Amino acid sequence: MNRALALHLSVIAALGAAFFVLPVYHAGNLARIMVLAIYAMGFNLAFGYTGLLSLGHALFFGAGMYGLSLSMQHLGTPLLPAMAIALIAAAVVTAVVGALALRTKGVAFMIVTLMFAQAGYLTALYFSRWTRGEEGFVLPQHLRQFAGVDLSSAMGRYYAALFLFAVTLLLIGAIVRAPFGRSLIAIRENEARATMLGYDVQRLKWLALVISGTISGLAGATYALLFGYAGASFAAVPYSILPLLYVLLGGAGTTLGPLVGAAFMIYLFDLSADITDAYMLIAGVVLVLLTMFLPQGILGTLRKRALPWLP
Amino acid sequence: MDFGPHLMLAMLEGAVTAAILALTAMGLSVVFGVMRVVNVAHGEFYMLGAVIAWFIATTLGTHPALGFVAALVIAPVLVGALAAAADRIILQHIDYDPERTIVATIGLLYIIQQGTLMTFGPDARPVEPPFNSRIPLPWVEWVDGKMAFYYPWGLSITSYKLFVIAAAAMILIALWLFMTRTKAGLIMRATQQDSAMAQAFGIPVSKVYALVFGLGAALAAMGAVLVVPIQQAHYLMGGDPLLLSFIVVIIGGLGSLPGTVIAALLIGMSDGIISVFFSPTLAKIMATLAVAMVLVFRPQGLLGKKAH
Repeated sequence: MNRALALHLSVIAALGAAFFVLPVYHAGNLARIMVLAIYAMGFNLAFGYTGLLSLGHALFFGAGMYGLSLSMQHLGTPLLPAMAIALIAAAVVTAVVGALALRTKGVAFMIVTLMFAQAGYLTALYFSRWTRGEEGFVLPQHLRQFAGVDLSSAMGRYYAALFLFAVTLLLIGAIVRAPFGRSLIAIRENEARATMLGYDVQRLKWLALVISGTISGLAGATYALLFGYAGASFAAVPYSILPLLYVLLGGAGTTLGPLVGAAFMIYLFDLSADITDAYMLIAGVVLVLLTMFLPQGILGTLRKRALPWLP
Repeated sequence: MDFGPHLMLAMLEGAVTAAILALTAMGLSVVFGVMRVVNVAHGEFYMLGAVIAWFIATTLGTHPALGFVAALVIAPVLVGALAAAADRIILQHIDYDPERTIVATIGLLYIIQQGTLMTFGPDARPVEPPFNSRIPLPWVEWVDGKMAFYYPWGLSITSYKLFVIAAAAMILIALWLFMTRTKAGLIMRATQQDSAMAQAFGIPVSKVYALVFGLGAALAAMGAVLVVPIQQAHYLMGGDPLLLSFIVVIIGGLGSLPGTVIAALLIGMSDGIISVFFSPTLAKIMATLAVAMVLVFRPQGLLGKKAH
């Protein structure tokens, strides 16, 4: 077993034990952090590994969230089929948006993804008869069950979040070590060279984006399921910026960076809540400081300075 | 009201939107043209302009016309100075890397927006227009084969709205004269064409950048000072102008100044007309998707030339 896999498994084991050690409040926070870390890991596959800076991932997060919650709310779909609908919705939306947006590069790609996400958010508002717009709706309690476990209880919620987090982390860990992941990093480092070496760069970028969007959709569906609420604000612009913030802070292109970044930021938001409710102010300050002074993030800097083997 | 007068009213409202939009989008376009960076915080500079205008008007507390003139001078200068400082401190530090600039200006967006929320508060606050008389507008009708004028009910515009259109046009002409007829404008155009060569000829490029970034923000602030007597100042008012400015600058071709004006007229007028006849949300969805498609399939803009 190599060091990277051992590290991932020990992080998962530590999170598994944390529920019994931490006070209830922090365990609840940690469940939220793990779900948002899934989102950030999905974002990281596109941004950190492939070099695709999307400003529209809230669209994919929202596709997953509404895929699950609308089918539960209006059709009474049970959990597993609803989750399948969520993942398919996110994958299809990403596939279409990706095929269009990937015709552009760099700044144009950022603006195009931002515009598609804005159109998606406005669509959620437009169909407010079903989505109830910004106000949102609460998911039916009796459907938030899996194999007899109540997913709205503290323990059920925590371990469901941990299970999906662990699956995503191990999947991402495997992807980035496989030849596919290596070729994504090659594209990030030098796209022209990757093209010249014979890689089908467009197809690889599209595949990376579809996987990234589907994982983001998984996070959106999980969020709705575990916290029992879906609203249009989860598809709005700040929700495209937050995963970027988590990944930049934790370290783009590191497997555990998203978790570290999400944990840091959510506790920072939590602490700042005593002073002000303008939590996006903190997000703005951290974004500016990161781009200026720590572009590689916490784990990226750690890898450069001390631990070159860090996955 | 009949369809004809209704359409004319929509077009007049559209012309006001277009005038403000031309100013705001021009700020974004100048910055992109010279510095090759996209300023996502542009809408917040607009919002700051409106908030400062409200602040000046209420502090002075004299005749609204005096407060308005003071705001029209002071707000753009303050906002421009703030933007120039942000350029010096942040953008220069990251060397105008295009992608990192977007991330940093997103951060700046939230700092300004939430900072305003904490100080100015969440309420929308009105500013009194310096003058505001209602001007009824005539409509033609054919009566017995002869043309006759009449004044349909509801078809009118205020003198202030006409002033906004004229003021925006004058500011744009002044900007054009500045860019084409003065030495400072020449230096800016030289920097735009080749910043390394300009530097080699002794042009202080970093100062030019700070000035251009400030000028772009000041144009947005001017647009906001003009609009605030019609629209009220609110800490979230920067979102729509940012999106519309993006749309205008992209349709007009990134960095092309005449293209920006034409696109602003097109978008402003159609926004006014569409929102009168259709649901505004649906209109926004359509416009956003259309622009994304323009960027995907015709990245040089509808009016821009292909880069060689």
